[in-house]
Amino acid sequence: MARPSLRTRSPEEQAARSARIRASWLLSTPALILLTFAAFGPLLIVLAYSFVAPGEYSGVVWELSGQGWFEVLFTRDIFDDTVSLAQAHLSIFWRSASLSLLTTLITLIFGFPTAYFIATRPERQRPLWLFLITIPFWTNLLIRTFAIMEVIRNEGIVNTVLLNLGIIDQPLQMLYTYGSVLLGMAYVYLPLMVLPIYASMERFDFRLVEAGYDLYASRLDILRLIVLPIVKPGIVAGSILVFVPSLGAYVTPRVLGGGNNMMLGNLIELQFGQGRNWPLGAALSITLLIIVACALVFYVRAANREDPHG
Amino acid sequence: MQAPAPTDTTSPLPAIEARRVTKIFGEGDDAFQALDAVSLSIRENEFFTLLGPSGCGKTTLLRLIAGFEQPSAGHILLEGKNISNLPPYKRPVNTVFQSYALFPHLTVAQNIAFGLQRLGKPKAEVADTVERMLRLVKMEHLKDRRTSNISGGQQQRVALARALAPRPRVLLLDEPLSALDLKLRKEMQIELKRLQGETGITFIFVTHDQEEALTMSDRIAVMSEGKVLQVGGPREIYDRPADRFVASFIGDTNFLPAQVISTAGPRARLAVCGVEISAALPEGVEGPALTMALRPEQLRLEAAGAAGALQGVLKDTVYFGTDTHFHITLTDGTPLIARVQNARTAEHAFRVGEPIGARPQADALQALHD
Repeated sequence: MARPSLRTRSPEEQAARSARIRASWLLSTPALILLTFAAFGPLLIVLAYSFVAPGEYSGVVWELSGQGWFEVLFTRDIFDDTVSLAQAHLSIFWRSASLSLLTTLITLIFGFPTAYFIATRPERQRPLWLFLITIPFWTNLLIRTFAIMEVIRNEGIVNTVLLNLGIIDQPLQMLYTYGSVLLGMAYVYLPLMVLPIYASMERFDFRLVEAGYDLYASRLDILRLIVLPIVKPGIVAGSILVFVPSLGAYVTPRVLGGGNNMMLGNLIELQFGQGRNWPLGAALSITLLIIVACALVFYVRAANREDPHG
Repeated sequence: MQAPAPTDTTSPLPAIEARRVTKIFGEGDDAFQALDAVSLSIRENEFFTLLGPSGCGKTTLLRLIAGFEQPSAGHILLEGKNISNLPPYKRPVNTVFQSYALFPHLTVAQNIAFGLQRLGKPKAEVADTVERMLRLVKMEHLKDRRTSNISGGQQQRVALARALAPRPRVLLLDEPLSALDLKLRKEMQIELKRLQGETGITFIFVTHDQEEALTMSDRIAVMSEGKVLQVGGPREIYDRPADRFVASFIGDTNFLPAQVISTAGPRARLAVCGVEISAALPEGVEGPALTMALRPEQLRLEAAGAAGALQGVLKDTVYFGTDTHFHITLTDGTPLIARVQNARTAEHAFRVGEPIGARPQADALQALHD
């Protein structure tokens, strides 16, 4: 290796060096612009909105106010001015969290065997199975959600079939329930769980399973001690990919949940729309961001913790 | 075959016995017969080698003994008990895999402990055995390393220790040295032999390397196309190959056509390329025309015309350091290779293109089954 520091750089070298530096800045410009205007910028605006007062009809009045943040958790009685916890908000937080966790769990329960199935097919069949998994992505989310609605509504396919078969004599109320939102979300996010698990399963050396059997491991031992630890990165990635958008889900709870199954995304939309309370909406948005960040940190830490058998 | 085994109470049961084991993969037109009614008996505490070219069925037989495959017909017995249908995790048999198949998410020590823990051994015993195994394969200093962070030779040792730790009745080794470079392979050959002696466990070793088989084994089974062609000690296999395949697969061999002139009991007088030679005829080998095997090192070169020596013309000499190969074409056109050890001082006096004589040592010619 040459050691340029031992001698002075020639002007040509200087020029080449600064050209390189200029080029690297130039090359990063698109990414920097994107980050500034698409990520940090809007986030700062939202953050700023959460600390000002709401406007009369919409928008904000530019004066410092903690009202938005106050209303995230508390409500002031309009008659006697007493402060109490905002029960409606708390139940929406809880519903969002529980629905997202359940969605993650359900997609994991169905996604893991699916990924395992695909990864154990002969190599030239796998692209076909993966293709089948990705087909739902071809259709707009809204249309897919309405399709589910068509299936489970009172006059929908399921109820019609069950009624005609005489299994039930009144349509089952499936639509506009907690369950219907869960069903819709699990359906929508399932591919996001399957694909990363498949990616790590595909690299899994199935000869290790044989080695496990040879060393007296039962089927359950093999799953627990060999397959799961090795494909864990895929499970972690899939869970994050499902949990994060679930928490902010908007379309699915709106269409399949009706008015009673509002989630955080719907609450936020409400504040910016009919509620005309932009600071509260902004504060709720930031709250959602914080919940996601906390959940991720907690989850990744838990997933990376070494086995106690260590 | 449902016939019971001949009960011989004086000798211990064989560690592994294969009785007319057949294995067919696939069905219909795709069916492939990997093993064809193979019968073998492997003794307790024996270093037994399955030797053959790739596709001869040796690995299939090993996988049947391990329990990864079930025989299509026939039985596999472990110390007299039929284990043909037991899953691998219920057989007291462990495998060293060709790819090692170490668990990448576990440390060296955890890999070795795996089998013992599955058997439900108490913690103290597991720790104790792991320590002993680490010492046995000289890996104490790396016990807390991930197996992905150690060299190929070290992985090999861990794979051995992992398979030996549960003290299996039989250890199966599937071409375990094939991924190692030559020098390391030689070291590991000696190491394996030592381990077998120290542990007293029956080893069944699969290889396609005839030299490896000869140096390490107590007995060798030579396999080809799903059949066992010959079973015997290394000397027996090398000196008295049963047929043409065994003779050519193990070491270098000259094949010479011969005619039987007369027989007297187990011996016969033969005409080999115009020279009369006496040789033993194994049972079942009959004239008048025979193929004889002759090892290149069992020839002495002489001046052309010497009585009792095969006559030919020297075509080429190839220098190999320790010895020189003389390529000769005999008078009847048969090619012959003679291997002569190089003496430090004497330069041989034979010139390429000139006539030469080659005298086989007494009883060097071996009659082959067809």
